[in-house]
Amino acid sequence: MADLGKKVVDGLYGLRDWVDDRFPLMQNWNEHLAKYYAPKNFNFWYYFGGFALLVFAIQILTGIWLTMNYKPSAEEAFASVEYIMRDVNWGWLIRYMHSTGASAFFVVIYLHMFRALLYGSYKKPRELLWLSGMGLYLVLMGEAFFGYLLPWGQMSYWGAQVIISLFGALPIVGEQLSLWIRGDFVVSDVTLNRFFSLHVIAFPLLIFGLIGAHILALHEVGSNNPDGVEIKKNKNAEGIPVDGIPFHPYYTVKDIFGATVFLIFFFGVVFFMPEMNGYFLEHANFIPADPLKTPEHIAPVWYFTPFYAILRAVPDQLGGVIAMGLSTTIFLVLPWLDRSPVKSTRYRGRNFKCALVLFVISFLTLGWLGMQPVTPLFTWMARFFSLVYFAFFLLMPFYTAIDNDKTVPDRVKN
Amino acid sequence: MLGHKRVHQAAFTLLMLVSATASAAGGAHLLHMDVDLGNEASLQRGAKTFVNYCLSCHSASYMRYNRMGKDLGISDDVLKANFMFGTDKVGDTMTVSMDSEDSLKFFGVSPPDLSVIARARGADWLYSYFKTFYLDENRPFGVNNLTFKDVGMPHVLWELQGVQRLAHVESEDGAHHTPTYADLELITPGTQTEKEYDQTIRDLVNFMVYLGEPIKLKRGKIGVWVLLYLFVFMIIAYMLKKEYWRDVH
Repeated sequence: MADLGKKVVDGLYGLRDWVDDRFPLMQNWNEHLAKYYAPKNFNFWYYFGGFALLVFAIQILTGIWLTMNYKPSAEEAFASVEYIMRDVNWGWLIRYMHSTGASAFFVVIYLHMFRALLYGSYKKPRELLWLSGMGLYLVLMGEAFFGYLLPWGQMSYWGAQVIISLFGALPIVGEQLSLWIRGDFVVSDVTLNRFFSLHVIAFPLLIFGLIGAHILALHEVGSNNPDGVEIKKNKNAEGIPVDGIPFHPYYTVKDIFGATVFLIFFFGVVFFMPEMNGYFLEHANFIPADPLKTPEHIAPVWYFTPFYAILRAVPDQLGGVIAMGLSTTIFLVLPWLDRSPVKSTRYRGRNFKCALVLFVISFLTLGWLGMQPVTPLFTWMARFFSLVYFAFFLLMPFYTAIDNDKTVPDRVKN
Repeated sequence: MLGHKRVHQAAFTLLMLVSATASAAGGAHLLHMDVDLGNEASLQRGAKTFVNYCLSCHSASYMRYNRMGKDLGISDDVLKANFMFGTDKVGDTMTVSMDSEDSLKFFGVSPPDLSVIARARGADWLYSYFKTFYLDENRPFGVNNLTFKDVGMPHVLWELQGVQRLAHVESEDGAHHTPTYADLELITPGTQTEKEYDQTIRDLVNFMVYLGEPIKLKRGKIGVWVLLYLFVFMIIAYMLKKEYWRDVH
């Protein structure tokens, strides 16, 4: 028996070497896992990139099975979703995993982005890493927007109607642009078909490519860490960073543990509160789309509400659309707005810490305001917090330049 | 044809205004009821009320009779004898025999499909709705509803509940106040007492919550096992991580 075991193992090594002579298998394995040295001091905030990858896999897999039963037509879409929920074996689970996955994607991406703000992960030399991540975020917003039309409920329909009509506010090209996006004068079967196509092919492909670029960029410059220390500056005789550990097996086992904790929360929602009190699946979306009947209250899903609040805060229509566009894209220039030589908040001065706290408060408050009906008080609150939101970015070159930063240590601390 | 400029303007205006008027359409406060999907007898009684009173005009076209039978412990024979009036195939969905053009003529609006109505409206809304019909001569069917103002349907359960009217809307100083549940009074008793009727509609709402999401009966039970597995695996994963990280200082 022992003989047989040895033969099998030798055979597998032989196969590996056979492949390796023809394909850079071990080279890639080493470069990206076994000999990719990550700082040893990753904390809680460093789980979320891996979680995002996990959610992406969940969305792709459940998406494939949903597509097998979903019908992208205005006549049949709503019914086909209920068909999946009732008649397809385990269809309800696949659907709830996909709908919960959409919200989970934004939860982990927002926390992942917050981590970058917290530890200055966007700063030199990680500008392209940050830009590819922002690209991913913007594409993800598109992906979520297209996907939300597919159940063809009232919120799907009117949410899309409102958002697409925003493009109409742009001068000269606006009308033609929104018509071009819809493919019709109102959101219709034609719109549903193209959104389906973009949702299941074009945008997932973009996301896939951008994830590849994001990881390649990360592995080129190396991971940042909670101390904001460049571990590559301190290498031993073999050229290995002294504060680095191989990603595999150290971070693979750690991420397996983290992913399990994440899945406990994820499946807690899937099995026990898939609607999340109307935040993940809106109540009005259980009424089939009716182009003749506008719902009483149109609110986007929670992950868009901060930007929706900014849109509503500006009295002028075009101004609102521009402000909303800027609020999502202004993150792109962050690496060039930040003048501080220090990356991590641990060694930053009071200016940046206060600014970050104010920014987080504004983001959360705007998110809440975006779900509320418009009242004069709420409108003024939204205006105030929109100003704080933009001030975080626009004043950054000034308050980071004169911040009383502390000295950054040479080595990471545990 | 509506110009697209106007459509876009309308949609935008809507976006700014709809939310402002949202509170105006809400109507009276909702009465609360505790949904109990564990009570199979209640679900069965609710199913019976549903097929007898609702299904003549409304469909529940995503629900199959035998799925309901399987979930609620009703055999195919009992289904055929007591629950199915328009068809004898237990695998059929709960469609309605009334022609939608006819119903449009009768009611001015096609009665909506009720498959997922409980998920759209919520249990409390349905419970309140069934309780708050009252006489109103200005409405085509002679009744109005506190929960759903100017509703387009008659009070189908009136023979059970009896007839209510709205009282005391004018207070002493002549000012109107928004009518509430407390302003309703029973002027003609029905075949059921108030308590019996309350139970009837609790059963009905229970059933409609089930109807909105049949898997709700089971998904929590499956979820417990999934989470249990994940908890055990989490402990193993944590121990594995600890073991691997022993030499990292």
